[in-house]
Amino acid sequence: MNADQTMTMLLHHGFIIYAHLWLIPLAPFVGFLVNGLFGRHLPKWLVTTVALLAPLASFCVVLCDSDRSFYPCVETFGQWISLGSLHVDFSFVLDQLSLVMLLVVTGVGFLIHVYSVGYMHDDPGYARYFSYLNLFLFFMTTLVLAGNVLLMFVGWEGVGLASYLLIGFWFQKPTAAAAGKKAFIVNRIGDFGFLIGIFLLLANFGTLTFSEIGAKLAVSPALTGGILTVICLCLLLGAAGKSAQLPLYVWLPDAMEGPTPVSALIHAATMVTAGVYLIARTHFLFDRAPIALATVAIVGAATAIFAATIALAQNDIKRVLAYSTISQLGYMFLACGVAAYSAAIFHLVTHAFFKALLFLAAGSVIHAIGGEQDMRKMGGLRKELPVTFWTMTVAVFTIAGFWPLAAFFSKDAILYAAFVHGTEGQILWFVGLLTALFTALYMFRLWYLTFFGELRSPDVHPHESPWSMRAPLVILALLSICGGWIGIMRFSSYLAPSVGVHQAVSHIPHLEWILTGAAVLAAFVGWLIADRYYLRKPQRPALLAVAMPAGYKLLANKYYVDEIYNAVLVKPLFAISRYVLGWIVDTAILGGIAWMLAGIASFAGMILQRWQSGNLRSYAAWLAAAAAAILLFVLLPELLRNFDFAIAIVRH
Amino acid sequence: MSFLQHDVPLNWYLLLSTVLFSLGVVGFLIKRNLITVFMSIELMLNAVNLSFVAFAYQWHAVKGQIFVFFVMMVAAAEAAVGLAIIIAVFRARNTLAVDRIDLMKL
Amino acid sequence: MHLILFFLFAGFCLAGAINLLWQTHPINSALSLIVVMTSLAVLYLLLGAEFLAIAQIIVYAGAVMVLFTFVVMLLNAGREERTLGSRAAIPIGFPAVVVLLGILATIVLHAQGLAAAHLGVGLTNAKNASNLDVLSQVLFCELLLPFEVTSVLILIAILGAVALARRDEAERTAEK
Repeated sequence: MNADQTMTMLLHHGFIIYAHLWLIPLAPFVGFLVNGLFGRHLPKWLVTTVALLAPLASFCVVLCDSDRSFYPCVETFGQWISLGSLHVDFSFVLDQLSLVMLLVVTGVGFLIHVYSVGYMHDDPGYARYFSYLNLFLFFMTTLVLAGNVLLMFVGWEGVGLASYLLIGFWFQKPTAAAAGKKAFIVNRIGDFGFLIGIFLLLANFGTLTFSEIGAKLAVSPALTGGILTVICLCLLLGAAGKSAQLPLYVWLPDAMEGPTPVSALIHAATMVTAGVYLIARTHFLFDRAPIALATVAIVGAATAIFAATIALAQNDIKRVLAYSTISQLGYMFLACGVAAYSAAIFHLVTHAFFKALLFLAAGSVIHAIGGEQDMRKMGGLRKELPVTFWTMTVAVFTIAGFWPLAAFFSKDAILYAAFVHGTEGQILWFVGLLTALFTALYMFRLWYLTFFGELRSPDVHPHESPWSMRAPLVILALLSICGGWIGIMRFSSYLAPSVGVHQAVSHIPHLEWILTGAAVLAAFVGWLIADRYYLRKPQRPALLAVAMPAGYKLLANKYYVDEIYNAVLVKPLFAISRYVLGWIVDTAILGGIAWMLAGIASFAGMILQRWQSGNLRSYAAWLAAAAAAILLFVLLPELLRNFDFAIAIVRH
Repeated sequence: MSFLQHDVPLNWYLLLSTVLFSLGVVGFLIKRNLITVFMSIELMLNAVNLSFVAFAYQWHAVKGQIFVFFVMMVAAAEAAVGLAIIIAVFRARNTLAVDRIDLMKL
Repeated sequence: MHLILFFLFAGFCLAGAINLLWQTHPINSALSLIVVMTSLAVLYLLLGAEFLAIAQIIVYAGAVMVLFTFVVMLLNAGREERTLGSRAAIPIGFPAVVVLLGILATIVLHAQGLAAAHLGVGLTNAKNASNLDVLSQVLFCELLLPFEVTSVLILIAILGAVALARRDEAERTAEK
């Protein structure tokens, strides 16, 4: 027997080789505790060391586990819930999909931790910041490693909590606090869908473990549609909330109130990808529900182009990147919707690289010019910030989808999978193509406005960032360059055991080259337009805005979505709370009941008070009445029984 | 026996006792002078004494009469103390009207 | 003979009791009460309780009522005033009394097996043992302890009466 067979035999006989999976969430949790409880009293270098060791330790454990020859690797830590037929354990599962996610989470997470050391150096809440970051890593790794839906939900909620804490990190700013609240509440709406999905899963499958649900589905091949569609739509609602898709994306632009490394880590690379991860994890459910899958694709495509159009008219550099994130997440959902899960994960990985790089570079720019985020006040920074400029250039070209950078491969994989999916797929492909054009357009707009031309805020002296901020930029730039070279074929065959194989082939010859060429052409067109409008004749955009005031205002105000939500949802809820629950239930009913009880007591007291008059004669009267009553009570039955009133006196 | 030599049934003694007791209660209720109220109480005690004596006759038991003896003793002691209290109350309130002595009201 | 005596002195009892209620001046009520007590003494005699009859006259009519009369005179109690009144006394008290009277009277009148009182029948019919003999026999032999305790009780009552009714130092000096 060779090694594989030995391992298989050992597994079948119940021996599980210990992969120390529990170390992966534990290290960040320890970091959270230490920095959270004692961070204020520790010297800064100690806080930094603890905070950096945590993701590094997790990353090392993940690396050690990455050459296992057998997957999935399951570790169980004991029973959590055991109620009748419901059994939920604390179990971690490591397979190819979770390994890829963990590499991204811990690796990029570590780089962003290093960056934060420089970025947050002068902030008074230094230790608190790192403890929250480690808390986030703990929950995110739990989410990725979870072997059942309930444990994943724990991680899901936890990352939402960490996101709230970090968005509202500078909680004295009212906008930051409001943004944190908004993120949490909108996420909650998604979580509601997720919970309904969990309940339905439980009711229909009796178990919440992914492998068991997959096994149950495998033995009943005729089970499609119907309840599965409902379950998948509920899970989609949860994923849309977490991954900022239509209509629950409104929290992500506001989340830019948090520190820039937070935006890079949570709202670009890791947390918002949890929705995509969920769909990939439960792919066996979505495969059986074509309607739900189509919904996923449509939601993804619509979000992609919607967000891309809004990004065209934003002036805050971080807002542009936020809408860009929403748009790219739309791409990933589109990929999932055409059952190309590996392409979605591939794009997730490359997106983590270049989006984190974009955010960190933007943070470097903001740091350099003293906190200014409006692009209209930037310009000509490429001379003062060379490292930042070159790394950001790599990222901009990557996101536009030029060869041989990372996103070229992943975006093309998605567009190809969409095109060969049928006629609806071709419509989706066209939407994706258009989005690619817009993406190139607004990214190059950002590039030109920030780094070219003349500096538009006169009394600022830009200075390059410290090495702790530059080093992660360089590493991420390198990853953006060569991250896609693994190729979609090798990637999907690696992931096949965990996400299934969905290889659609088309019989049009050289289709792949044609589509690739179309995508690159779209990116070029976008670059050309940006070049025309923002480099050669910088006053033309202003003229265009004047010429189409309605269109410009619609885009600049984000299609007034926030205002619509406010008027349709938020204000009525507040009105109901204040008037129905506040006045009617709280004041009138509950207050009224309390008032009535008190009133009864005091009224009774008032009546009974008259009885204690201090008057001797009335007391005597009541005494006589009581005596008569007792006598009556005792003797009357006797009297009535002897109806002829014959009472015999018996001699004792 | 002629009418005049009839014996008196004990029922009538007991009836007299009941009526005297009721009159005592009525007096306790309607009289407005503290001393008169106290006198009604003595009337009630006497009525009870009468019924004790009647029953002592019925059972030929001397203990009934001894009980009456003790009641008399206690009533005498009670009368002494009660009148002393009435004097103290009169000194404090300067009135013997029952309705005016109502400091114990809420 | 028995019947006449009974009716006569029962009548005196009732008349005295009703007069006690009727009169407004406490001294008149006190005198009516003396009449009641004396008539009751005669009724005890009719029932063969000679000692009690004399004790009634000596203790009740002779000591207790005299005490009442002394207090009436000491406090100079005048006619009753029509004072504030009590709204509860009559509507609640009178029905109570009626009920009490009714029940007890019913029971008493319909009780069977009660003997009829003869004149001259005492506790015993022995020639040499009078009522007093029998009573004192029981009182001083069997019930000696209660008897002695009663004397202590009377002592306490005397002390209490003195303590309650004396004037304290301040009042005495004020009077002087």
